[in-house]
Amino acid sequence: MQRMFHRNNHEVPALNTSSLPDLIFTVLFFFMIVTHMRDVELKVRYEVPQGTELQKLTHKSAVIYIYVGRGSTASHHTDGEDMQIQLNDRIATIDDIKSYIEKERASMSPEDQARMTVSIKADRDTPMGQIADIKRMLQQSFALKIHYSASEK
Amino acid sequence: MFRRPKKRMPGLNTTSTADISFMLLIFFLVTSSMDNDKGLPRQLPPPQDETHEQELMVKERNVLELRLDAADQLTIGGEPSSVDELTQRVMEFVANAKNDPSLPEKSTRDVNFFGRIQVSDRHVISIQVDRHTTYNAYFNMQNAIVAAYGRLRNQLALQHFGHSYAECSPDERDAVNIVYPQRISEAAPEIIDN
Repeated sequence: MQRMFHRNNHEVPALNTSSLPDLIFTVLFFFMIVTHMRDVELKVRYEVPQGTELQKLTHKSAVIYIYVGRGSTASHHTDGEDMQIQLNDRIATIDDIKSYIEKERASMSPEDQARMTVSIKADRDTPMGQIADIKRMLQQSFALKIHYSASEK
Repeated sequence: MFRRPKKRMPGLNTTSTADISFMLLIFFLVTSSMDNDKGLPRQLPPPQDETHEQELMVKERNVLELRLDAADQLTIGGEPSSVDELTQRVMEFVANAKNDPSLPEKSTRDVNFFGRIQVSDRHVISIQVDRHTTYNAYFNMQNAIVAAYGRLRNQLALQHFGHSYAECSPDERDAVNIVYPQRISEAAPEIIDN
């Protein structure tokens, strides 16, 4: 009878969680390596085209980004027409590109200036007229190395 | 006298380490972005050359004319075509393996590693784009052209060095690039009459 109620010995041992922090740290380091900090807040929505012959962008400090896409306000729903250009943190017009490039170039170190690249992150439905205008502006401000951002097919 | 009382260090309580690292993890998930910086690198011509280049006389056999109209239709030298065919056409055009008189001229030059070799340095791929062409169509065309050059260079590297273009040393790459230079001319987009 006494044995029957003697249940204290059947206690389930506590789960050993001492390796849990290590596990989570591993996941943390994985994310720290594969991602990079978001530096600008995107105000336009864009979907980059897909390609097969892509190359990775090197020297992050020498890269200037130009975003072209639909404005985040849902009122713009005219296909392909009036895409908006975002430079740094604000929506801009084509004429702002020159001064923007000059400003960014001035803040770079001399060796970065030499390998300065402009990365164009444009939506796949952008009309080429707009892209050509941007390219002409870049030409005029002697930012001749460009990079059409795309994703792997 | 020699019997010490057994002192047991209590284990460090690490239950909250998991919570702390979870918080770090979530912080990084929120502040970082996964978007990869891949793309197609291109070089723009300097501004004053734009008008000059158009005045340059180029022999007809040396030009491959590519046009994209407002409906994203690609025409190669006047005939409607598709991006899938473009890579092959550009490869034939640039390489001109049989020295066809209707395909571009080549010149013979001394190139490192190769000695005297025929170099396809006269060809011009002329791209004309309508203002209403989508960026996607333009990008696919550029991608196909780069793919064509990439394959030609790779073929040459495999043939001559026995390894692919990607495995070449910078000097070897320069030599291959001299044999197959990228000569692409882009006119400012214009309205092409339909």
